[in-house]
Amino acid sequence: MINERMINALVLAGLLALPLYALAVDEPFTITLVTRAVILALAAVGLNIVLGFGGMVSFGHAVFFGIGGYAMGILAYHAQTYSTLDLGLFTTEGTKLMPVIWLVAMAVSGLVALIIGLLSLRTSGVYFIMITLAFGQMFFYFAISWAEYGGEDGVSIYVRNSFPGLNTLVPIQFFAICFVILCLVLFLKERLRASPFGLALNAARQSATRAETVGLNPMRLRLVAFVISGMITGLAGALFADLNRFVSPSMFSWQLSGELIVLIIIGGAGRLMGPVIGACVFVALEHFLGGLTDFWHVYLGLILLGIVLFGRGGIIGMLTRTEGAHV
Amino acid sequence: MSTILIIEQVLNGLQFGVMLFLMAAGLTLIFGVMGLINLAHGSLYMVGAFAAAAVAGATGSFFLGLVAALAAAALAGAVIEMVVIRRLYAAPHLDQVLATFALILIFSEGTRWVFGSFPLFLDIPVGLAGPVTLPGGIEYPLYRLALIGIGLAVGLGLWALIERTRIGIQIRAGENDREMIAALGVDISKLYTLIFALGAALAGLAGALVGAIQSVQVGMGEPVLILAFVVIVIGGIGSIRGAFIGALLVGLTDTLGGVFLPELFKLFMETGAAQKSGSAIASMAIYILMGLVLVWRPTGLFGARG
Repeated sequence: MINERMINALVLAGLLALPLYALAVDEPFTITLVTRAVILALAAVGLNIVLGFGGMVSFGHAVFFGIGGYAMGILAYHAQTYSTLDLGLFTTEGTKLMPVIWLVAMAVSGLVALIIGLLSLRTSGVYFIMITLAFGQMFFYFAISWAEYGGEDGVSIYVRNSFPGLNTLVPIQFFAICFVILCLVLFLKERLRASPFGLALNAARQSATRAETVGLNPMRLRLVAFVISGMITGLAGALFADLNRFVSPSMFSWQLSGELIVLIIIGGAGRLMGPVIGACVFVALEHFLGGLTDFWHVYLGLILLGIVLFGRGGIIGMLTRTEGAHV
Repeated sequence: MSTILIIEQVLNGLQFGVMLFLMAAGLTLIFGVMGLINLAHGSLYMVGAFAAAAVAGATGSFFLGLVAALAAAALAGAVIEMVVIRRLYAAPHLDQVLATFALILIFSEGTRWVFGSFPLFLDIPVGLAGPVTLPGGIEYPLYRLALIGIGLAVGLGLWALIERTRIGIQIRAGENDREMIAALGVDISKLYTLIFALGAALAGLAGALVGAIQSVQVGMGEPVLILAFVVIVIGGIGSIRGAFIGALLVGLTDTLGGVFLPELFKLFMETGAAQKSGSAIASMAIYILMGLVLVWRPTGLFGARG
């Protein structure tokens, strides 16, 4: 029996130690790999607010990941080609500054989450799953037909965007940015969970009727959670695009939405570090199994099937022998 | 814009719609009776297409290919129902989504393993190749016309099966109260396997039929699956009639939108911009349709439950 707090501390320490070790032995690829895990973890942490705390199975979170990616792609594209982006009300020359890109990514993701949330939260259960999935496809096809930004081919950015005072082209420095953001978001998420809002959301997940009876508004709680969740996943999308210096419609794909859910379930739904552990396991599997066989998704499928059918509570649940949130 | 083009596009939309109906009917039946959301339905579509292409390629007979598609998809459906799906009926929707997502990964990569990454091709049968002249002098591919006919016939057959046969009575009873019909001596687990295999066979049939006008490749099932979801969200989950109306609506909207929206936009925009924004809006038209239906009726056109 292991304490969940201990696992959380160990995971964060490991996430920090591995890139430092890789730096010492000069293996920049490992740093990039861990950065990828950190960013995917951030995206899944965002989804976990909706899925684990709110009990809403959103199968369309790639929408926000993609919006974050395209926010970065579009702003950096205009900055690198010195062209003007006409937004109707005002024009801009784009930007290569990460903090500005992050703000734009989060603002647009939040706005889209508000609209999608208003429409899809009218429903629940299977309808909600299918509708979020359908909205994901809508953005996917829109991105494909958006010829100005590469259509199916996407947009390549030649130089990674900059952060004041740091050299983002050095892998360990970019990792540091992502890691600090992940820690900040995890801290905020823990505060959120224990806040009156978090408790009310949890109550609405367990029984919407009871929550309503004591005067809470489940719809409004869920909508706020959906928007916060979309903003975090959007931020992760901007970082992910910066990691690859590339954005394409595949960031909107339904497989990605599915994989984000898978990350959470591997780690443990509704747990603080569930998505982080899940992302690490996922990236490790992708790297090691993917190196052994081109068909590693078969094994991922079998592992996932095993966890769903036999191992409730994910890895954290198995280690601590406690049940996770019922979704 | 000529009348001939309009009629052609309406027929294309109908053809797309009835094929979507074959997919959506199985999905909605499985959800209505077993309460299960099955993402792997697109994989069964793919299994049908691959079985048809492989058998038709080996024997040269499209008809044998169709038989193989039905058999392979029904068999795959029955096997996954007995091995995996059966354990999920009482599970939360999230578990169903994850387990069937896992099945997609296994099916897709397994198919790539067996058949390789290159698409297969399935030829249109000789008897149905070439165009046919419709009243009014419209030339239209005979095969697509046959697809419309097959789709409507299957729809009719499904209606007869559910409304007029003993199995149909059990299916309808199963939708209403599964404990009660089990208590009345119906072998419920056999009934569920049967329904799942029936839905799978419909998906496999659609895969094989559409496989002859598109290429047969891994991942072909998922875009259709998601459109079928849109169809049953519009029609109301669990309703076969809703699936039929929804499928035709989606088929027509998607096809006609792609052709006519750019034309419509040209009325008040310059040609290049109209083409661009018209096709961008058209690619989202069915989702906008879905959004509108949901605002109006959150449980779909014919849906009873939420």
